[in-house]
Amino acid sequence: MPKLSIVMFSGDMDKAMASMIIANGAAASGWDVTIFTTFWGTALFRDPNKKAPKPKDTMSKMFGMMLPNGPDEAKLSKMNMLGLGTRMMKNRMSAKKVRTLRGMMEDAKELGVRFLVCDLTMNIMGIQREEFSDIVDDFVGVGTYLGEAENADVNLFI
Amino acid sequence: MSCPQPLVETQKKLRKMEIGKTLEVIGDHGPSKKEVPEAMTKQGQQVVSIEEKDGLWHIIIKKVK
Repeated sequence: MPKLSIVMFSGDMDKAMASMIIANGAAASGWDVTIFTTFWGTALFRDPNKKAPKPKDTMSKMFGMMLPNGPDEAKLSKMNMLGLGTRMMKNRMSAKKVRTLRGMMEDAKELGVRFLVCDLTMNIMGIQREEFSDIVDDFVGVGTYLGEAENADVNLFI
Repeated sequence: MSCPQPLVETQKKLRKMEIGKTLEVIGDHGPSKKEVPEAMTKQGQQVVSIEEKDGLWHIIIKKVK
C-alpha cells in the first residue's frame, strides 16, 4: 500500500484538522502514515494532565503558557475573533457531526498512524518529553523525517 | 457522519472483526458511498453489495483477510 508523510507545522485548529483528515482517510484506506510534527504543531501533542518533571526557565514557562496545551486549545488561523470564531466553529462542527481534533488524533492512533515529534522544537520551546500525550511514538530529528519522506509516495507540509 | 468518518469507522470496526464476518455500513455522506467500497477493495476486502434507499447508502463488506 502507498505511504503518506505529513509535516504538521501549523498548530492552528483548521490546518491541524486538514492534516488529520488526510492522515485518517489514508490510514483507513490501508496506507502507511507518518506525521512529523514541528514548530507550532508540536504544542497540540501536549497532554494538559501531565506536568514537567524538571524545572523550567522563564522563556520555557512563557512558551508553556502561550502555546495551546493539547488539541482542545487550538485556535482557528482565520476568523478567531478573540476565541469567539473558534467557539462558533466548534459548535458548527458538532452540529454537522464532524469529529473533534482530539477525536481525530485518537482515531489516527487506533488506525496505526505514527506521530514523531521534532526534538529541536522541544528544545526551543522548553517542552519536556514527559509533557507529551501518549499518542506520540518518538522524539526525533530531521534525519528521521527524511528517512520517512524518502520512502513516501505523498509528502505534505501543512 | 461526515468526512472522513465513514471510512475511519469502517476501518476501525473491520480491524477488530474476525475473517469471514460481514459488516454493514450505513451512512448519508455522499462521497463515502463510492470511497468506502473503493478503499476496502484496494485493501483486498470483498464488497458484497452497495444499495441506496431513502437517502441512506448501505454497504456490505466481507472481511476476507
